[in-house]
Amino acid sequence: MADIALFCEGLVKRYGDVVAVDGIDLTIRSGECFGLLGPNGAGKTTTVEILEGLNEPDAGTVRVLGRSWSEDARSLRERIGIQLQETQLSEKLTVLETIRLFRSFYAKGLEPEEVMRIVQLEEKEKAWVRKLSGGQKQRLSLAVALVGDPEILFLDEPTTGLDPQARRQVWDVIADVKARGGTVLLTTHYMEEAERLCDRIAIVDRGKVIALDTPAGLIARLGAEHVLEIETESPPDLPRLRNLVDVRDLRIDGTTVSLTVGEVHRAVPALLDELAAQSVILTRLTTHHATLEDVFVAMTGRHLREN
Amino acid sequence: MHAHPLVQLSRVKFLEFVREPEAIFWVLVFPVLLSLALGIAFRAKTPAPLAVAVCDGPGAAEASRALAADPGLHPKVLAERDARESLRTGKVALVVIPGDTLTYWFDPARDESRGARLAADAALQRAAGRTDARGIALREMNEKGSRYIDFLVPGLLGMNLMGTGMWGIGFSIVTARSRGLLKRLVATPMRKRDYLLGQMMGRMVFLIPEVGVLVGFAHVAFGVPVAGSLVALALIAGLGATAFTGIGLLVAARPRTIEGVSGLMNFVMLPMWIFSGVFFSPSRFPDAILPLIRLLPLTALNEALRAVMIDGAPVASVAGQLGILGLWGAVAFAVALRLFRWQ
Repeated sequence: MADIALFCEGLVKRYGDVVAVDGIDLTIRSGECFGLLGPNGAGKTTTVEILEGLNEPDAGTVRVLGRSWSEDARSLRERIGIQLQETQLSEKLTVLETIRLFRSFYAKGLEPEEVMRIVQLEEKEKAWVRKLSGGQKQRLSLAVALVGDPEILFLDEPTTGLDPQARRQVWDVIADVKARGGTVLLTTHYMEEAERLCDRIAIVDRGKVIALDTPAGLIARLGAEHVLEIETESPPDLPRLRNLVDVRDLRIDGTTVSLTVGEVHRAVPALLDELAAQSVILTRLTTHHATLEDVFVAMTGRHLREN
Repeated sequence: MHAHPLVQLSRVKFLEFVREPEAIFWVLVFPVLLSLALGIAFRAKTPAPLAVAVCDGPGAAEASRALAADPGLHPKVLAERDARESLRTGKVALVVIPGDTLTYWFDPARDESRGARLAADAALQRAAGRTDARGIALREMNEKGSRYIDFLVPGLLGMNLMGTGMWGIGFSIVTARSRGLLKRLVATPMRKRDYLLGQMMGRMVFLIPEVGVLVGFAHVAFGVPVAGSLVALALIAGLGATAFTGIGLLVAARPRTIEGVSGLMNFVMLPMWIFSGVFFSPSRFPDAILPLIRLLPLTALNEALRAVMIDGAPVASVAGQLGILGLWGAVAFAVALRLFRWQ
């Protein structure tokens, strides 16, 4: 059992009548980067905060590095690093002052200079937190999570609200931690983030894990590699589209029809022929590789980010 | 080597304070401005002679001359109607109606009116031939330490120690709570006690300029003395500041918003502004509630500061007040640690 970093079984957490976490079981191995993917309000943050010892479950068992929060809280705090959603560090301290403060809480850990190098904030050493960009603040928040040289790193939505470039810089830092053998548990509602960083992913919806596999494994469950999306001037005959060669699934989303297909070069000519036969005029056709987003939509009928 | 968390927490608390220009103003500049304004408003001055009206009629000129012999009186002859009106509106302190029987028309509710009556009577009787049975000698009291500004400065110092302790602690804690920073801190191995102690210790560092600037200014500008030892003054200020930071921690233990903590702060401080002898002595309140007033931390602090600054009393003589302060600080800190909301 020594290689199990995080374990929980039958976690339940209620807020009044709302069941935020409804019986979640997870086993996360040492050195693994594990993702909780799901829409806002799915119960990801509550689950992570229970694992972090910041929230008490109403039912269920939690083991972190083989120990429990009720018995070994202080020694566990020394061994994990946490990034919370929406922590705002003191605005009038500099980057270095902030890192030094957090470093002082740990018996052992990394030198502040090394942490600044890992998160690429060396040039901002003397800058006030207030003057940092969103991405830099997020990397500072990673820095204070890393300063105790943690065995497990918890990241709650580490790139929410960042622009693509800032997001990629955060990914580099996480990839670096992973490369050094660290265990990472992250939550996200960006499928691209989960696909890129995570070894395994649990898709969470309404407080439950609805699927758990590697990113490739989850996508393979769709039984198809590609998604075709079309819009037409008049509604096509859907059952006939569904029965076309190589079409595995079909869904309507507003005026868009999505077809999950195995191979684009076989499905597209068949689709165009069928629409012509139905005298339906095509106004848009796009195709993309199937993603976790498509997996999520296929399993729940909803999108990860609902606008 | 990495500094102890308590050192880091105190240092950070101090840095956050000195990087806040508004805080510097309220802690260092505002008390000086307040003492300057009040010192000027209540500065010691030779009182102007009291205006006395003499009703026009037989003997008026004679009486007026007799009254003018007293440099503290300024007589003028007026028709009775005008004299009455002047007394009613406070333009004169007294109306004298000359005659075989001297009539003094005065307002017994006004100190100056009662004083003018006695002075005028003495001047007129003496002019009419009364002799003093005994010789008299006069000595004036204008020693430092007896003026209002001397009373006021220790009170302002006490009020300032209370305000800085409570606002300085309360705002930063509630801000940290509302920004999720407290929750982030308890997700580290930091000891909760260290955080609260760090807040108190960081605040103690700016105690030195805070006390120094006000006492120094009052000394230079108004000659307000420190009759007792500076060590005693430092000890009392330190203990007072500790008590109020403890109370500040307690007040900030639960609120989630700045509005919430501000209301609570004012609720706690307002009674002390009124009762604890900042601007006037609490002995003006009924005897029945005095023992309660003396248990308030600001009363204890002001009494101890005045005893040392004005009377030059030794620390031992204010042991009771220091005990009250110590108890407030210790109890408030212990309760705050228990009630504290970290998330």
